[in-house]
Amino acid sequence: MRELTYPFDGELILKKSKKLKRALLESRTDFLEKRIAVLGGSTTHDIIRILELFLLEQGIRPVFYESEYAQYWQDAMFDNPLLSDFAPELIFIHTSNRNIANYPMPGDTKGQVDELFTEQYEHFRVMWDKLADTYHCPVIQNNFEYPFYRLLGNQEAVYVQGRISFINRLNEAFYQYAREHESFFIHDINYLSASYGLDRWSDPLYWHMYKYACCMQAIPDFAHNLSNIIKSIFGKNKKALALDLDNTLWSGIVGDDGPENLEIGQETPMGQVYAEFQNYLKAQKDIGVMLTVNSKNEEENALAGLNHPEGILKPEDFILIKANWEPKSHNIAQIAQELAILPDSLVFVDDNPAEREIVEMQIPGAAVPAVGTPEQYIRILDHSGFFEVTKLSEDDRKRNEMYRANIERKKQQAQFGDYQEYLRSLEMRGTIRPFEPLYTARIAQLSNKSNQFNLTTRRYTQGEIENFAADDAYITRYGKLVDRFGDNGVVSVVIGRRDENQSILHIELWLMSCRVLKRDMEYAMMDSVVEACQACGIETIMGYYYPTAKNAMVKDFYGTMGFEKTEETDTGVTIWRFTVPADYALKNTVITVEK
Amino acid sequence: MSREEVFVKLNEVFRDVFDDEEITVTDATTADDIEEWDSLEHINLLAAVEQEFGIKFNMGQVVSMKNVGEMADIIISQLG
Repeated sequence: MRELTYPFDGELILKKSKKLKRALLESRTDFLEKRIAVLGGSTTHDIIRILELFLLEQGIRPVFYESEYAQYWQDAMFDNPLLSDFAPELIFIHTSNRNIANYPMPGDTKGQVDELFTEQYEHFRVMWDKLADTYHCPVIQNNFEYPFYRLLGNQEAVYVQGRISFINRLNEAFYQYAREHESFFIHDINYLSASYGLDRWSDPLYWHMYKYACCMQAIPDFAHNLSNIIKSIFGKNKKALALDLDNTLWSGIVGDDGPENLEIGQETPMGQVYAEFQNYLKAQKDIGVMLTVNSKNEEENALAGLNHPEGILKPEDFILIKANWEPKSHNIAQIAQELAILPDSLVFVDDNPAEREIVEMQIPGAAVPAVGTPEQYIRILDHSGFFEVTKLSEDDRKRNEMYRANIERKKQQAQFGDYQEYLRSLEMRGTIRPFEPLYTARIAQLSNKSNQFNLTTRRYTQGEIENFAADDAYITRYGKLVDRFGDNGVVSVVIGRRDENQSILHIELWLMSCRVLKRDMEYAMMDSVVEACQACGIETIMGYYYPTAKNAMVKDFYGTMGFEKTEETDTGVTIWRFTVPADYALKNTVITVEK
Repeated sequence: MSREEVFVKLNEVFRDVFDDEEITVTDATTADDIEEWDSLEHINLLAAVEQEFGIKFNMGQVVSMKNVGEMADIIISQLG
C-alpha cells in the first residue's frame, strides 16, 4: 500500500499503525508465516510494531519472540527453553553503540585499546557462533552507528583511542565475520543513521526516557531497511525493472523531438542526471536484476532513443523491449509472462503519475514507486530496497544471460515442427545428485522463492537443507541443467522422507524453477528419484499436492508422472501413490544426465 | 489556537493512536482512563502529538506531564 512505499511519511505510519495493520491483514490471504526472534540491547517494542507492517506489506506474516529489555546476550548464550520452543526461522540482534560496554580512554596505550577491541568483538562473536550452532537460522546483526559527540573532535577517527576509530574497527570485524558466514547479515544502521541525520537519530531524550537506541521518528526508516533484508532472505525480492523511456531514461520525447534532441550525456546538467541514472540501472544487471522497457512509443523510435551515442543503456542491455501503444499494465503482464516470472516481482518506473496509477490498479503487488523528479530517481529506487542483496551468487550475476538465452530458445522453438526435436536440439546436459555443500545455499534459496512449480511450498533454511543432506532417512536430489545457450544452474529440488518401515518414500518437497518449464527436467528428476528408491528397496512413493494461490500449474503433476490419486480433501489437497515397477522405463529421453 | 481547538486535535490524535473512535479526552484524562495507554504506547502518543502540533516536548515536560490538561497547557505554551 502507498503508505508503506518509500518515500513514506514515517510519522503517519507511527500514528496509524493499528489501522494500517488491519488493512494489510485484509489485503491478502497468502502470507508466508515466519518466526522471528528479536534480541534487543535496547527497547524493541515499536521496532517490532512497525517491522510487522513492512513485512506484511511484503507478504510475510511474522510471529515475534521479543527478548526482555536488553537481554540479547543472555537470551542467546544460556539455555533458553522459550526461545528453543519458539524455534526461530530468523534472529535479529538489535544492538547499538549504547551497548559497547567499554570504550577506550584518551590516555590508553595502543595495547590497551587492542585488548578492549578484542574483548568487545569476542562478546559478539561467541554469541553469533552459539546462535548458529543452536538455531541454524539466518542471523541479522546491526553494525554500530557513530556516537553523537566527539571528544577528540575531527581526530576521533584518527586516534585509536577515539570512539569513531573504535567503532570503525568493530564494524570492520563484523563485516569480516559476515564475509565468512553465509547465513549472517549486517543491518547497516551506520549508513542509515547518516542518511537519516545522526543528530536527530541519536536524540538522547529517547535513550534516557525510554531506552530507545534511536529516536522514535527514525523507527519507520529503521524497520523498512530491516524488512528489506528479511524479505530478501525469504526470497521476496523483486526480479525485474520495467522502465519507461521518455522523461524516465532521458529528457525529451523521442517521437516528437527526434533522438538527436534528447537530453542524455555530459552536455547539459539534465543530460548528466539522466546519464548517472542510466549508469545506475546498467549496474543493476550485475546484481541479477533484469531490465525491460515498457514505453508508449513506436518501437523504431524507442530503439533510436536507446541508440543515442551519449546513452549508457543500449538495446542489448534489455531482455525485453515493449514499445507500443498498449496500456502499460498490459505490457507489464506480457513481460511477466514472457520472462516466466510473477507480475508482482516487477518494479515499474515511470515519471508519469497517471501511468503509474494504471499499473498500480491493474497489477496487484507490482512495485510502483513515486520516483519524483529525475535527480531523485536513483535515491528513491535505491532506498526502496527492491533488490536487496543478501547473496551475490553466481546465478544472480548470470541471470540476465540466462533469461536472454531463454528468449533465444523460444525463437529457436518456433523453427521446429516437433517439440521433441526442438528439445533434442538444445543438447541439454543435466546433473542430478544428492544435496552437496556447494549447493545448499542455492537449494534453500529455491525453496524460499519457488511458488509456481512447487507441490508443497515448504520453506527451508540452509541449516535444514544441510540436515536433510546428512540424514539417512531422507533421499535428496538437486538438478542442474546446461544447454547450448547457457547454464541454467540449479533448477530443481526433491526431498523425500523414508517411512519408518523403510518401504515408502514420502515426497516432502518437489519444486522446479519456471525458467526450465517444458524441458523435461521433471522427468529426469523422477527417473533419479525412482532409481534411488530401487537402490534401497523402496517400493512405494507418496506424492502430496498442497494448493496455494500460485501453484495451480502443478495440480495434476503427479498424475502426469504416472501416480494414482488416492485421496482428495475439501480444501483441494491431493495425495498420490506410485508403485515402483521392476521394469521402470526412463521417462526422460532428451537430457543427458550425469550422476 | 484556542484551548478548545487544541482539544479537538488532541482527540483526533488519541483516536488514531489507540485506533478507537469512541475516545473523548478531557483535562482530567490520564493513562488509567484508556485501557491501551501503557508506558510503551505513551511514547507513540507523544510522538504523534508532537507531529500533529509541529512541536517538540523536552525531557522535563515529558517527565512532569500528569494528565491531558497539562499536555494541552504545554502545547499551548509552545505554540505561543
